[in-house]
Amino acid sequence: MSIPLSPYRGSSPNSPAAVELRQVRKSYGSNEVLRGIDLTVASHEVICLIGASGSGKSTLLRCVNLLEPVTAGSILLSGAEITAPGVNADVVRRHIGIVFQSFNLFPHMTVLRNITLGPVKALKMPRAEADQLARDLLGRFGLADRAGEYPDRLSGGQQQRVAMIRALAMSPRLMLFDEVTSALDPDLVAEVLDVIRELASSGMTMLLATHEMGFARDVASRVAFLADGEIVELAPPADLFGNPQQERTQRFLRRVTDAGRL
Amino acid sequence: MTESPLDLTRRGPRLLGGGGGGQGRAVALSTASTVVVVAVIAALFLLAPGSAQVRHTFFSPPDLWHSLIGDPAKGYYSIGVAIWLNIRMFLVAEVFILVFALILAIIRQSSGPVLLPLRVLALLYVDIFRGVPTILVIYAVGFGLPALDLSVVSTQGPAVYGVIALILSYSAYVCEVYRAGINAVPLAQASAARSVGLTQAQSMRYVILPQGIRTIIPALLNDFISLQKDTALVSVLGSIEANRAAEIYSATVFNYSSYVVAAALFLLLTIPLARFTDHLIARDRARRLAGAGR
Repeated sequence: MSIPLSPYRGSSPNSPAAVELRQVRKSYGSNEVLRGIDLTVASHEVICLIGASGSGKSTLLRCVNLLEPVTAGSILLSGAEITAPGVNADVVRRHIGIVFQSFNLFPHMTVLRNITLGPVKALKMPRAEADQLARDLLGRFGLADRAGEYPDRLSGGQQQRVAMIRALAMSPRLMLFDEVTSALDPDLVAEVLDVIRELASSGMTMLLATHEMGFARDVASRVAFLADGEIVELAPPADLFGNPQQERTQRFLRRVTDAGRL
Repeated sequence: MTESPLDLTRRGPRLLGGGGGGQGRAVALSTASTVVVVAVIAALFLLAPGSAQVRHTFFSPPDLWHSLIGDPAKGYYSIGVAIWLNIRMFLVAEVFILVFALILAIIRQSSGPVLLPLRVLALLYVDIFRGVPTILVIYAVGFGLPALDLSVVSTQGPAVYGVIALILSYSAYVCEVYRAGINAVPLAQASAARSVGLTQAQSMRYVILPQGIRTIIPALLNDFISLQKDTALVSVLGSIEANRAAEIYSATVFNYSSYVVAAALFLLLTIPLARFTDHLIARDRARRLAGAGR
């Protein structure tokens, strides 16, 4: 295997990267949304994707957990190619959690059932074990008393935390976050970001699309700036925010600063 | 027309009911206007030149009673007993329609090249059975299957063929109702279901259908109100259901009151279902209003 050497291979240089994207392209008709993305995420690494709306951040995340088929290129999860023909996408998705901007909780199920659906149906976990797992996770994130509620009885911040727990209950190797605070009232953003911080410090490998620049600077191992379906610049947050090399990155960060978002 | 005192107090139409204090007067007004309209219609009916004849032919109390309870010795059947056959045909057909239409809908909603031939068949099925009048389907099944001269298929009674025809016809409609429900569930729900490792079938079973069916229950009940009435079409095959019993009575006694009895019995069946449907719609609306407040 000829994996291009990356300076960020994690603690153990011989183990394969958690995720590796090689020249990933994605088109909808004639509209090319991703134009050859190369990205290697080491285990326990947190990579934040920033960039304007429409730059391809969400599409990239949806491609990684195979909700969207890639048009060209390949994606490797722990060294195994998941974009190869014949790979069972349902099995792959059990190992990759994703949290969406609009929560997407199942409105007809209680919080507990939302969380246990995946473990019970996809992992064939016994119901009692899944219930216990869900209650443990709810307790860990301060939602122990919400297990029996329906999603529409919760605040946006609580719904988003439940959505994260739902993804975590599958014990994923990798978590994807697609602008998870964009649909929240400003006063609810912090409680959701705190959960992500806790996950980061517990060593979860994560890929986040976000507009929260301050948060990206805090939590990311590296930050990737996307524009027009390409990674324009990829660097540790201190470098990317403090001393951006590319003209396009500089322009984007200037706009963000002017808008008071940094 | 004389001007009633009501007209003097009338106001122009108001959006979403009147202001404070107008509630009681509005109820009184609408009650009064309803009474007036009904009274005018009743007066027209009673004062029409042929009124006495019509009342005797359609609303003769002894004929209403005799056709309801029936008298086999005089050659006619009880409509009250015959409607029981309509109810049974309805109940049996309904169960099969719910299952068969769901299978059709899932096939029509499926994706992937493997199922393409099935999808084409389902599409043809729906197109044909929605396009052909139900009564023609009843004729085709009721006279076609017996003519085949097969052992089990061709030896059933007319009510069984009628039920089969109703199932074939209504499944095409109900299939489309199911599809509307499935399509009403946001695509993001499917994404969320697949993202926790569920297969396409599991996602349909546990996430999409439970939400989709909830939204179409009023539409389904509406189709079933229609199905209750259409059991009367099976009379063309000769089974003694309510409509056929009424026909026999009128042909025997030369009085049409029996049809009024049959109509009243059908109303007794359909009106409760219609009110129940309204109730579900109102409840769903209240729930959505409550949900929008958060």
